[in-house]
Amino acid sequence: MLKRVHFPTSLLPYLLVAPQVIITLVFFVWPASQAVYQSFLIEDAFGISTEFVWFENFSYLASDEQYLGTFGRTIFFSVCVAVLSMSAALLLAGFADRIVRGATTYRTLLIWPYAVAPVLAGALWVFMFNPTLGIFPYILEFVGIDWNHYLNGSHAMMLVIFAAAWKQIAYNFLFYLAAMQSIPRSLIEAAAIDGAGPVRRFWDHIFPLVSPTTFFLLVINAVYAFFDTFGIIHAVTQGGPANATTILVYKVYNDGFVGLDLGGSAAQSVILMVLVIAMTVVQFRYVERKVEY
Amino acid sequence: MKLSRTLLAGTAAFALTASAAVAQTEISWWHAMGGTNGERVNKIAADFNASQGDYVVVPTYKGNYTETMTAAVAAFRAGEQPHLVQVFEVGTATMMAAKGAIYPIEQMMADSGEPFDGSAYLPAVVSYYQTPEGELLSMPFNSSTPVLWYNADALKAAGASVPETWDDVKTAAQALVDNGMDCGFSFGWQSWVMIENFSAWHDLALGTQENGFTGFDTEFTFNNEQVAARLQEIADMQKDKLFVYGGRRGDSLPMFTNGECGMWMNSSAYYGSIVSQAEFEFGQTMLPLDTAVASAPQNSIIGGATLWALQGHEADEYKGLSKFMTYLSSAEVQAWWHQETGYVPITTAAADLSAEQGFYESNPGTDTAIKQLSLNTPTANSRGLRFGNFVQIRDVINEEMEALWAGSISAEQALDNAAERGNALLRKFERTAN
Repeated sequence: MLKRVHFPTSLLPYLLVAPQVIITLVFFVWPASQAVYQSFLIEDAFGISTEFVWFENFSYLASDEQYLGTFGRTIFFSVCVAVLSMSAALLLAGFADRIVRGATTYRTLLIWPYAVAPVLAGALWVFMFNPTLGIFPYILEFVGIDWNHYLNGSHAMMLVIFAAAWKQIAYNFLFYLAAMQSIPRSLIEAAAIDGAGPVRRFWDHIFPLVSPTTFFLLVINAVYAFFDTFGIIHAVTQGGPANATTILVYKVYNDGFVGLDLGGSAAQSVILMVLVIAMTVVQFRYVERKVEY
Repeated sequence: MKLSRTLLAGTAAFALTASAAVAQTEISWWHAMGGTNGERVNKIAADFNASQGDYVVVPTYKGNYTETMTAAVAAFRAGEQPHLVQVFEVGTATMMAAKGAIYPIEQMMADSGEPFDGSAYLPAVVSYYQTPEGELLSMPFNSSTPVLWYNADALKAAGASVPETWDDVKTAAQALVDNGMDCGFSFGWQSWVMIENFSAWHDLALGTQENGFTGFDTEFTFNNEQVAARLQEIADMQKDKLFVYGGRRGDSLPMFTNGECGMWMNSSAYYGSIVSQAEFEFGQTMLPLDTAVASAPQNSIIGGATLWALQGHEADEYKGLSKFMTYLSSAEVQAWWHQETGYVPITTAAADLSAEQGFYESNPGTDTAIKQLSLNTPTANSRGLRFGNFVQIRDVINEEMEALWAGSISAEQALDNAAERGNALLRKFERTAN
């Protein structure tokens, strides 16, 4: 009897998913395959002479010390950005969760930076930290720090890490706050009755209970640091000094759009694509299943 | 009834203007001049459009130099290229290697029956953009050369004179710092100023094959002991703040204009910015001579950008473009452009006209760039340079020099690294260029 109600095969379901499939094909699959094809070519900027070289662009990258250095730097940068912005957000969310009076104002103010475009965020930090005109180098001089991110690679790296982390705090804050507010009040109150102070309650109850959010944010922040920080780096350091802040995605841009080496740049973006796919798989397969409470 | 008649008349008038617009041939010009210079570009185009009725030049700002070049390349690949595009000097080798994409200016003008006299142009300006046989490939538009800018008040207060040699620079920098300044001198565009121009100024080769002019199989030779010795001494001068590094391009300009550094080596085209920002007496003089390398300076080389015609348009459009090239090189337009911007004029007539108009007398020092460029007949070492992938190579040089200023490597090592990494990029270019 049940089989009778089964829908007859019709075009309708295909039509309904068609827009999504077409969008994916046109805006993802097609450009991605173009990038893969381009990564097998060595050609001049205008595309007049083209040579098909199979994996030469990739083997060049594998032997290029600059590229390998960029890899390590990207990982360092991403870990710093994720840890810094997530811990700051966790702390702020922890406080915001306890606040009763003026909570909305407080929260709105904390969410604001998220609305700032990366390039603008970068520009703000550039002005504040300009070695000649900025306010921070002026203050730092009193404690004996000669700030110059144009010259000092560590200064430049710190600057882009701070700028990128600052930008992401708002986003992390939103998720942490939502996670904390979904924790049943009774649980926290019970702990309070048992004599646990705010710090104890945070570490023993709230922190473990928001751990799924932490893992989710970890992946999101890693992806953010890997790909979305281009605007900040472009505005603040342009990858310098001496490549100290060139991360993978910036090198793709630099080699492709500045250097007009399209094959080499495409090969790098193919590697990046593989990385994103791997991260997504890890998130869905591993992290989401493991985190339980 | 009356209303519909007015409407009709209006429509007819509109149709008339529309057809008049269609009859004019449109010529697109992509450029990289933002801000005030962008307005000047628009003025040049508007004046040309007003001077005749057959062609309309439409200038479009496409972002900075790299963005404009990338936009033109992408447009060409999509078959939507403009007629004319402004490309900076380091993109020259990339452009000229793309034989199917560019239309050499001299040839275009000959094909269009437009007279062209190569000898009217300043040799140091056009030689950068000629084939070894002397054919002009692109039209110089905004050209400048590095000069030594100095804070006249600060030098006077420190009792130092305007430097002529590198020893003088050191003495003056010491005097400035002793007198309480935070920085003796600085410079921007370091590859251009301290490697490319330092070499040309002292008649040293940057690379084999006449700096790349006669073949793509060129290799860098700037990692010689003369350049290394000069850079090492500058790096050592950082200890006492005689030299302070202030970033790439023009990033160090505020250090000079706010009175932190007493001397600054960078493009003569910063004239406009310095006039508006500096609250002290300033001057410009020729680049210092390294007496350990040469007894007299050769000539400096230019930077800036030229206009390239791109293939794939109608003959009539190229005819209009040729007429525009003639207009652009006229003495009046060039003298105006030169006096407004600080870029050097591209023709001798424009320089003479500026002198006649008394511009150099009322603005002392503004002829420094022209003097430097035309000091001697350019040699194979001082004609310019033509290296492929040079946009990336400049970055490599920047990176290695920054490592030198940071004290992590010696000058010799920085130059060797830069030459080695640069050569790898040259080989990559050579493969696709043929």
